[in-house]
Amino acid sequence: MNEKELYEQLRKVQEPKGYLFNKDSDLVFDLLRGLLTNKERYGYMNCPCRLASGDRTKDQDIICPCTYRKQDVEEYGSCYCSLYVSQDWNASEGPHPFVPERRPPEKFSF
Amino acid sequence: MPPIKMYSLSTCGHCKHTKKFFGDNGIPFEFVDVDLLQGQERTDTIEKVRTYNPNCSFPTILIGNQVVVGFRENEIKEALGI
Repeated sequence: MNEKELYEQLRKVQEPKGYLFNKDSDLVFDLLRGLLTNKERYGYMNCPCRLASGDRTKDQDIICPCTYRKQDVEEYGSCYCSLYVSQDWNASEGPHPFVPERRPPEKFSF
Repeated sequence: MPPIKMYSLSTCGHCKHTKKFFGDNGIPFEFVDVDLLQGQERTDTIEKVRTYNPNCSFPTILIGNQVVVGFRENEIKEALGI
């Protein structure tokens, strides 16, 4: 699968849920390539903005879309990575708020 | 200009934007893509990042003796004194 196919596949599922891809398509395709790289490296699409442990069970919460996306999009308008955003976020010229890491430090198990 | 060392991931958009920011502004910097490291070097580097940023999130940027977590342009500029 290439990043364009992944884009279409995810768009169909995520858009109806209110999660849009960032309007910065260069960023989106970079991140989608990152997801495909991680799929190849680890066997699952780990968040491209977080370091994977390589253990699917330990990384379950940061497999994209991550467990924290819902809260981050609600609070900041975008996920941690800025891959998924709300409609309002895309409509705004910015500046957009910084999204801090919500994952608790004890979850990191490298 | 204080020395800059950045711990980043090769797949991360914020890390890429930070590298571009330094590059576009002609600011010299060193970086390590931690996801590309292996074995002991990876373990040792992660431990080092944790000492600066317990969340071990990326990018973690050392500017002189200041630590900036994430691509926060204003904080980076402030730390650089520009």
